[in-house]
Amino acid sequence: MPQNYIPIFIFIAVVGILIPITLLAAKLVRPDNPNRAKLSPYECGVDPIGASRGRYTVRYYIVAILFVVFDVETIFLFPWAVKFKALGMFGLIEMLIFLAILVVGYVWVWQKGALDWV
Amino acid sequence: MLSIESFVAISLIKTVIALFVLLTAVAYTVWLERKVVGHMQNRWGPTRVGPFGLLQPLADGVKFMFKEDLIPPHVYKPLYMAAPMLAVVFALTSIAVIPVGNSISIGGIQTSLQIADVNIGLLIILGVTSLGVYGVALAGWSSNSKYSLLGGLRASAQMVSYEIALGLSLVGVLILSGSLSLREIVDAQSGTYWGVLPRWNIFPQFIAFFIYLMAAYAETNRIPFDLPEAETELVAGYHTEYSAMKFAMFFMAEYANMITVACVASLLFLGGWHGPRFGPPLLQAILPVFWFALRIFGFLFVYIWIRGTLPRFRYDQLMAFGWKFLLPLAIANLVVTALVVAIQS
Repeated sequence: MPQNYIPIFIFIAVVGILIPITLLAAKLVRPDNPNRAKLSPYECGVDPIGASRGRYTVRYYIVAILFVVFDVETIFLFPWAVKFKALGMFGLIEMLIFLAILVVGYVWVWQKGALDWV
Repeated sequence: MLSIESFVAISLIKTVIALFVLLTAVAYTVWLERKVVGHMQNRWGPTRVGPFGLLQPLADGVKFMFKEDLIPPHVYKPLYMAAPMLAVVFALTSIAVIPVGNSISIGGIQTSLQIADVNIGLLIILGVTSLGVYGVALAGWSSNSKYSLLGGLRASAQMVSYEIALGLSLVGVLILSGSLSLREIVDAQSGTYWGVLPRWNIFPQFIAFFIYLMAAYAETNRIPFDLPEAETELVAGYHTEYSAMKFAMFFMAEYANMITVACVASLLFLGGWHGPRFGPPLLQAILPVFWFALRIFGFLFVYIWIRGTLPRFRYDQLMAFGWKFLLPLAIANLVVTALVVAIQS
């Protein structure tokens, strides 16, 4: 029933009001006397060297791509699992084929070394 | 059928109560953690504020309010401000669909012990908790500091990696119960196997429970998977540049996520609120909630126990464990479960 979802939005609204109010209340009571040393980026008291957003390893991107592939697969499995008993043998074989295709891709990714983090 | 006004009013009341209970639980989980880890390390933990240090969370809250909140000039301010709020909102929202017991009637009004009784509760929890990665990633990026960026990147990569194993481990439970509604999943676990063993999903799905446990620890960035905030190398990870109330919000988000994970584990694997019911009607009404809370407490205790016991992984070990061990194990468990259920029916 669609009206069952309304309380979730009520909840989000209450939290969404409460959190900024907490931040504003804290703003009213806290001290505020910054200086240069306090405001510098935290690098153990040493003046920062170089750009803070430097280059980082490409593996983070690979992980992101792999996540999209496998997470979409997980989402496909959810409705199948809920209706598993109703689908019967057809659903089982269908999903085994789907998983087999996926496992081939997974093995290939593993062989290519995309899962290694060196 | 209730009128729309009373429906909204009841929802509001339930929201306020749930928030109050949840935030108190968050505060006292911190207290429990400090106390238990203290005793495990042969210390006392908090003792000074109140009996057994029980007022320590209040003192901490007051301190967070009165601390100077530095907003460094080098941050990208809109996202820097938004990140802790997003983290805490997403962490708290999943409690809205978690049922804590059967329905009760107060003053003639029948109401379920759940804010929103939706039939895709589990899907909403998974969706909302995976949005939590935005808070972490945005905090790391917008802080414009090396430690924050590295912590944010690590946290994002780790959270998305383990989310797959987490999602796949739940598919076996869905096959057994045939529903995405948390209430129906719990109802499917009533009764016993062979008259002795409770019909909890942990027994047929113990591999899934193990995968869920590991993935959930990694999702909440807890030891042994707390690489994003490895103090020895990254200072504090993605919240290095945060202070006062904004830091407290990341802290609250982490512990609220722990409680959500404990709730989901209790509902999906440990039989929810099932347990012996006895005594007068009032006690009968309260007991399910008590059994549910007991399971959550036990789960949180194991969390803290593991924190007091295990060292931290190395990052390549963490990624290998998630991608090369948990993921194939989850797929194997899913296939075996499907085959067994198909043969039985």
